[in-house]
Amino acid sequence: MFNDSLKQLSERLANREISSVELTTEFLRRIGKLNPQYNAFITVDEEKSLAQARHADQKIAAGETGPLTGIPIAQKDIFCAKGWLTTCGSKMLSNFVSPYDADVIERFNRAGAINIGKTNMDEFAMGSSNETSYFGPVRNPWDAAAVPGGSSGGSACAVAARMAPAATGTDTGGSIRQPAALCGISGIKPTYGAVSRYGMIAFASSLDQGGPMAKSAEDLALMLNVMTGFDERDSTSLQREKEDYGRDLSKPLSGLRIGLPREYFAKGMSSDVEKAIEQALDEYRRLGAETVEVSLPNSPLSIPVYYVLAPAEASSNLSRFDGVRYGYRAQAFQDLAEMYRNTRAEGFGAEVKRRILIGTYVLSHGYYDAYYIKAQKLRRLIAQDFKNAFKQCDVIMGPTTPAVAFDLGEKSSDPIQMYLSDIYTSAANLAGLPGMSIPVGFGDKMRPVGLHIIGDYFSEARMLNIAHQYQLVTDWHQRAPDL
Amino acid sequence: MQWEIVIGLEVHTQLSTQSKIFSGASTAYGALPNTQASFVDLALPGVLPVLNRGAVERAIKFGLAVNATINSPSIFARKNYFYPDLPKGYQISQYERPIVEGGSIAIQVGETEKTIRLTRAHLEEDAGKSLHEDFHGMSGIDLNRAGTPLLEIVSEPDLRSSAEAVAYAKTLHALVRWIGICDGNMQEGSFRCDANVSVRPRGQEKYGTRCEIKNLNSFRFLEKAIDFEVERQIEILEEGGSIRQETRLFDANKGETRTMRTKEDANDYRYFPDPDLLPVEIAPDWIEQLRVSLPELPQARRERYVTEYGLSGYDAAVLTSSREMADYFEAAAKQLPERVKLCANWIMGDISARLNRDGLDIGECPVGPAHVAQLINRIQDGTISGKAAKTVFESLWQGEQGQDVDAIIEAKGLKQMSDNSALEKLIDDVLAANAQQVADYRGGKEKAFNALVGQVMKAAQGKANPAQVNAMLKEKLG
Repeated sequence: MFNDSLKQLSERLANREISSVELTTEFLRRIGKLNPQYNAFITVDEEKSLAQARHADQKIAAGETGPLTGIPIAQKDIFCAKGWLTTCGSKMLSNFVSPYDADVIERFNRAGAINIGKTNMDEFAMGSSNETSYFGPVRNPWDAAAVPGGSSGGSACAVAARMAPAATGTDTGGSIRQPAALCGISGIKPTYGAVSRYGMIAFASSLDQGGPMAKSAEDLALMLNVMTGFDERDSTSLQREKEDYGRDLSKPLSGLRIGLPREYFAKGMSSDVEKAIEQALDEYRRLGAETVEVSLPNSPLSIPVYYVLAPAEASSNLSRFDGVRYGYRAQAFQDLAEMYRNTRAEGFGAEVKRRILIGTYVLSHGYYDAYYIKAQKLRRLIAQDFKNAFKQCDVIMGPTTPAVAFDLGEKSSDPIQMYLSDIYTSAANLAGLPGMSIPVGFGDKMRPVGLHIIGDYFSEARMLNIAHQYQLVTDWHQRAPDL
Repeated sequence: MQWEIVIGLEVHTQLSTQSKIFSGASTAYGALPNTQASFVDLALPGVLPVLNRGAVERAIKFGLAVNATINSPSIFARKNYFYPDLPKGYQISQYERPIVEGGSIAIQVGETEKTIRLTRAHLEEDAGKSLHEDFHGMSGIDLNRAGTPLLEIVSEPDLRSSAEAVAYAKTLHALVRWIGICDGNMQEGSFRCDANVSVRPRGQEKYGTRCEIKNLNSFRFLEKAIDFEVERQIEILEEGGSIRQETRLFDANKGETRTMRTKEDANDYRYFPDPDLLPVEIAPDWIEQLRVSLPELPQARRERYVTEYGLSGYDAAVLTSSREMADYFEAAAKQLPERVKLCANWIMGDISARLNRDGLDIGECPVGPAHVAQLINRIQDGTISGKAAKTVFESLWQGEQGQDVDAIIEAKGLKQMSDNSALEKLIDDVLAANAQQVADYRGGKEKAFNALVGQVMKAAQGKANPAQVNAMLKEKLG
């Protein structure tokens, strides 16, 4: 049952083979068993989850069901959920109980899904290993010595360890795709604006995008159907007609043109990852796709551009955490300035402070043009690269990460090395394009490898089709660590 | 040395929208602290701003009224600084591409008209309020005002005296009320001025170092603060000192300005475009729609009063100081096209004085323009004297006789003697009784004539028409 797809679980519920309360209880039990070791969840609230499950069972009894009714979903702790502790992985919000629901949470509630718990994450989504969480690191279910990736490491771990059938994540520079790759699950960051940011605690507003993490492309489609949609409370939300992301899943792939960026395959990729990626591409060729070489000449700039723009926005977004109205406030201070200083010095972790400092610096008088404006210009060039590439291909593929999961502590003292984990993923955020990762095998130390798929704007249904067809002929996505 | 004063004003006008600029919370004044602060106003984690279209509309109306450029797209920017009453740690304002750029406003100082250029007008949100009393050494924060829409209107340094600054502020105040974008309530902070003041030797092109005086919430304070500041600066310069660029606060009790912060401790606000708000695209037909909806503007009316009615520039300016005043005047003038000047005098004189006495606006005047026209008519046709008219006006004000002018005249016996024979008899009696004055007059003493008029008027108990008495006396005395 823990390995069931969302569709299978939904069928079991519909057949009354199992009730939502029973299902929820099973998952809560598994969380109780595994979480002490893996630390995927910051908050689990059995009472709240079971109350939702009871409500879902009533709906099922009344025949008012949707595809996710009664199914437990893990929610990244970046999404505000009414009555739930919502910490964003930070000491700063370690006491913050949200008085309202994020748009994403509302949508899952309306769909009758069960919030099975709030997942661990890098502090304010800043990190690629989940080691910056105030609530301790998450461990990779495939190898407890390895990091799960980040920032949605708790969600990736929860799905990979089968503590939840599916989870939500957010992706600012790769925070859904990188942990999905490192934990051997599927994850998609849709086109910027597809998922409302209302109630999703902001890291870098112009890059942040919520998305689902699950075992398969098929499950991702069901999750996206619930998560996406116009929200007037988010001015950057896309006003588009509701679509069924699963509509094209079964289309054959013959004639598909897969673009392979020269720059992604040139250097930097470790050989074990390369081997798994090549095998996946061979599988695609067997499915009728052809591969063409494309070029993204500005892609080497995406990390420096990202590390100017994201911290710039973050430095401003995180100003509200000042100890005045909610959240952590320092105990000792003499005056207002000291209250701010002590609160923020004690409430934020090192990585968050580093980014606030970088962001403050690049926005400062005299540096703004050289950094922020320059980065914005390069951002447009990076987006233009993709536009050109999509004239030659339907999707772009490559590795999600340059290497498999690294060990805990391995990169935590070297921020530059850590930042390079997002080398392949951050360009999609800068361009606003949809990107996904699916498991395509194992590399060194039997740690998972993820295939990165970047599509054109609004091509999520096509991307899910491409992933699903692969998953029909392979079983990497069904592999689970033996826990 | 001769000094020239240079002033530029920054005016924060609160736009009259029902809800805040980026949230749905009410903007109504005077509610209990923090009862009108939504999750967005409180800057809870995860909330986002959504622009209030009504605020944009009001800004566009202003831009059109001052002949400015309406920028499209217009961009919102974050102004970053920490203060407890600024919940997000940044204020959403505009930096590059403000919604309104350029434009000008004509002001009237005495009989001189002057054009003041505007730099820009941009939309922004107001901060909350810090309350430093009653909290036992702590401060209270009221976020009701946080997120209230403001239009900050910035003038070029075109003003050359406190009188000009006040005239500009008053004209602007009248304009924003006229076009219905701001209630202009200065006590409630709906219209707040900051003044940038500097002085320079007359003839020098380069501006002197300026000081900014903050939060001047009445025209009188504006004038006093500028006068004080100008004197302070001149004194320093004449003693060989130099002006330090700084922000100063006006102390209304002491009538002086004092340092608030110097340029050295000025914030680096780190403005950058707000990624939560898309650039605002303003379609040309939206602008056209708003242009059509604008009423005839004070400047146009002022010009019309001068050309059409032959009023002086000063009178025209006074009569267009508010839309209610101008509408009142025009309603009266329409009924008395031949007596427009008299209407103007009545409104600027007796009516304004009476309104002042009761602290009322002309919009609240208990005597309507139709009654005033009727009253003026009765003076013109000789039914009552000008003096009696004041009595009638007071009766109208009190609502006597159902505000029927003729009924009041009748009831109070204020009708003038228009009957020539009765007046003639009266004059004859006076002449007979004052032979000496008659002789004096005939002997060349002009003054004696006035005395005789006075006697006749007295005998007529004020009901005689002085012009008529004059004419008849002259005739009789030949």
